[in-house]
Amino acid sequence: MLNYVIKRLLSTVPVLIGISLLLFFMLRMLPGDPAQVLAGQMAPPEEIETIRKQLGLDRPIYIQYASFLSRLARFDLGRSARTQNPVTEEIWARLPNTMLLAVVAITLACLFGIPAGIISAVRPYTWMDYLVTSSALFGISMPVFWLGLMLVIVFSIMLKWLPAGGTGSWQHVVLPSVTLAAFVVAFIARMTRSTMMEVLSQDYTTTARSKGLKEQVVVIKHAFRNALIPIITVVGLQFGLLLGGAVLTETVFAWPGLGRLIVDSILARDYPVIQGVILIFGLLYILVNLVVDVIYAFVDPRIRYD
Amino acid sequence: MNGQKEPLLAIRNLHTRFHIFEGVVNAVDGVDLEVFRGETVGLVGESGCGKSVTALSILQLLRCPPAEIQGRILFEGKNLLDLDREGIRKIRGNSISMVFQEPMTSLNPVLTIGEQISEAVRLHQGMPREEAWRWAEQMLQMVQIAGPKAAAREHPHKLSGGMRQRAMIAMALSCNPQLLLADEPTTALDVTIQAQIMSLMMRLKEDFDTSILLITHDLGVIAEMASRVIVMYAGKVVEEAPVRALFKDPRHPYTQGLLGSVPIIGRKGVTGRRLQEIPGVVPGLLDMPVGCRFHPRCPRRMDICCEKEPPMAILGEHRRVCCWLERNGVA
Amino acid sequence: MTERVSPAACRVESQRKDSRLRRNWAKLRRNKAAVFGGILLVIYLFTALLAPVIFPGSPSAPNLIQSLEPPTAKNLLGTDELGRSILGRIIYGSRISLLIAVGVVSVGLLVGVPLGLISGYYRGKVDFGIQRATDAMLAFPGFLLALALVAVLGVGLKNTVISIGISMVPIYIRLVRGCVLSVREEVYVEAARAVGTRDLGILFRHILPNVMVPITVQTSLAMGTAILFAAGLGFLGVGVQPPTPEWGAMLGSGRVYLFNAPHVATFPGIAIFLAVLSFNLLGDGLRDALDPRFKL
Repeated sequence: MLNYVIKRLLSTVPVLIGISLLLFFMLRMLPGDPAQVLAGQMAPPEEIETIRKQLGLDRPIYIQYASFLSRLARFDLGRSARTQNPVTEEIWARLPNTMLLAVVAITLACLFGIPAGIISAVRPYTWMDYLVTSSALFGISMPVFWLGLMLVIVFSIMLKWLPAGGTGSWQHVVLPSVTLAAFVVAFIARMTRSTMMEVLSQDYTTTARSKGLKEQVVVIKHAFRNALIPIITVVGLQFGLLLGGAVLTETVFAWPGLGRLIVDSILARDYPVIQGVILIFGLLYILVNLVVDVIYAFVDPRIRYD
Repeated sequence: MNGQKEPLLAIRNLHTRFHIFEGVVNAVDGVDLEVFRGETVGLVGESGCGKSVTALSILQLLRCPPAEIQGRILFEGKNLLDLDREGIRKIRGNSISMVFQEPMTSLNPVLTIGEQISEAVRLHQGMPREEAWRWAEQMLQMVQIAGPKAAAREHPHKLSGGMRQRAMIAMALSCNPQLLLADEPTTALDVTIQAQIMSLMMRLKEDFDTSILLITHDLGVIAEMASRVIVMYAGKVVEEAPVRALFKDPRHPYTQGLLGSVPIIGRKGVTGRRLQEIPGVVPGLLDMPVGCRFHPRCPRRMDICCEKEPPMAILGEHRRVCCWLERNGVA
Repeated sequence: MTERVSPAACRVESQRKDSRLRRNWAKLRRNKAAVFGGILLVIYLFTALLAPVIFPGSPSAPNLIQSLEPPTAKNLLGTDELGRSILGRIIYGSRISLLIAVGVVSVGLLVGVPLGLISGYYRGKVDFGIQRATDAMLAFPGFLLALALVAVLGVGLKNTVISIGISMVPIYIRLVRGCVLSVREEVYVEAARAVGTRDLGILFRHILPNVMVPITVQTSLAMGTAILFAAGLGFLGVGVQPPTPEWGAMLGSGRVYLFNAPHVATFPGIAIFLAVLSFNLLGDGLRDALDPRFKL
């Protein structure tokens, strides 16, 4: 088991290197002077010089990369070209907000999506199934920002029950997390349904029934335990995707999270921040996948020992 | 069979149909068979002849719809098809158990062997968890798995094919059923393991006093284990006989073809005939030939075979053939 | 954001191709949802191709006198902040989104499929390199990757297509590679090699046909995703730029008027929804019809 965890940890290293390379070259692919780009439009010439020295643009490329990596290791991501604050500070201020939305959304999605998928799979082609599958289909076809706007129209403008944006109270959390959850719940419901249907048609399900077990026991203890494995993978995947979807939702609801930060930064060409946020998203995603893989090993005995 | 009046299992006029988009598939089309206490009855036929479906119909393990089961399946005198869901669940794993073909896929990969074996006995006999686990270990010992205590704690993927099949047998016998339905229990195994499993099953049958309905396409297994044989073709029973009689004197042309197509070294010297094949293929269940289902492939077909289905001719105790040749007194 | 198609879908026997095709077509036709999606799709294509016929005139010409008018007989879906007919802009917008969808999928296919084939068939160091690059790219949610690429490449229609297309590439690579891996172990491939068939021949005659099935399903779903992504980028203002009528951009600019003129933001969203829905319905139907596991 420990071997497995260590192996997984090690396998993230090439990916991390890949991401760092991506970021490193991204900056240098932009037109113009990288130091200028990092400093921003408005920066004074001394600022640009400092950055130029920092980047070591006259040095060979591998030395530049090495210094890039060493700065990363020290969590030095530079300064925002817009606000001149350290990038890490900007990110740290907003990370909890994004995490909050993501956690609430994924919890909602699992609470509704998994049972819906199970019911759908156990009673296929009934009205319950059609309801779940068509709702799920609608859910994944809807643009998330449009849904957000529609919810604002109904709940903030027409009914005046919930605020249209910003933070402050639990009411502020409701609409953004429901919006975020919409796509995910649909996806999870579909995945659960198809996985469960596949598992229910397996031989071992017939064997379980042939022992006279109650149908509930067959579905939960025998079938769902097996379906859990791919479902967990998908939930982890979705959690990562939520970070991407958060970009749009946060914009709609003026939620002060990383998503808004990256959009504003792209529009303002604030490259240090863009780099920093992309890095954080990548790290979080890798972390989530790692955790999922470890949970996987707990649930699936076949993985544990190999 | 030993002068018993009442069979343990009596299937009367069983029809199992599948309603699919392309039409209705009559997988089992009017089958009668009986199993008495203490017997091993073999059910033989090619793939797709309906033998597995017959077994699944007994325990109602088919999804209805699209399946539809009609007829009577009498177990100890009571019609199983009259039972409600609770009723059939009490029978499954308890009075009638089933062993399946593929031990690799028929065991749940995420549960331990011990857990899977103790489930049935905890459910049907209300045994507490601890006791049931010990019973599972005992069962594993009885099926001759080395290190039963350790094996019980393992998951299926750690066991070899033969061991998994033994575990399945242990699972099926754990509640001491009166009838064991064995669906191709040795087909997926290596030849040497096959022999071991067969002798294990024979021994356990004696120890537990269980009757076996042995479903297979392998005539060698039948010869070893069965006392009486029923031959099926395209959803119907075509011949039934005690095992020796069947091998010595098969009456139905299909049975003759089956026996003739077993490769035997030095066959020509022993039987005077070379390896025979049955020409043609099994008809698709949606395009059944008119009349006797075997007639397109039968070397001895007559005109009447192409028009009307033959009636069953009783030739003696537990001996019947469904063939026009019998009717006309031509054997 | 798209669901993965199983590589097992690609293990189909190569015999009796014609009857299989006919059978699959019949299966697809029976699937009412897929048929509905197909009809929607046809309407969509129709609208896109015949836009100038259905709605003559320029959709982007401002007419400030009638700005922000709710739906009336003259402008069936109302007008936006510059007085332009929303219906007209939606109709012309269908061309843009169709163009984007086709462009994105082309990029994904042209780059992803060959790379996936090579990676899966030849294994070794080439495979390792491609896989690590794919891993790094897949470390980001698709939309974020497209957004990052837009940050590098800039805004506009062409860059939108390229960015989203590139973000699709790793998905295709994975899909194709998975399929190739499972097919190359099949006995008939071994047999072909034993007879002396060259690699390219094996790739084209045996492996590629089996890969077609998951690719087709994935492409249908990917087109829907491409429209969603493009709309997202447009909404944020970093996609297709005004005055080009892209649905997402229309939503984005209409957002400001949510309180007094909600129709500006509502209708383009419905258009996106219907377009994506049609691709998803069709893709699902294709998957159910073509995936040999789902035989009922």
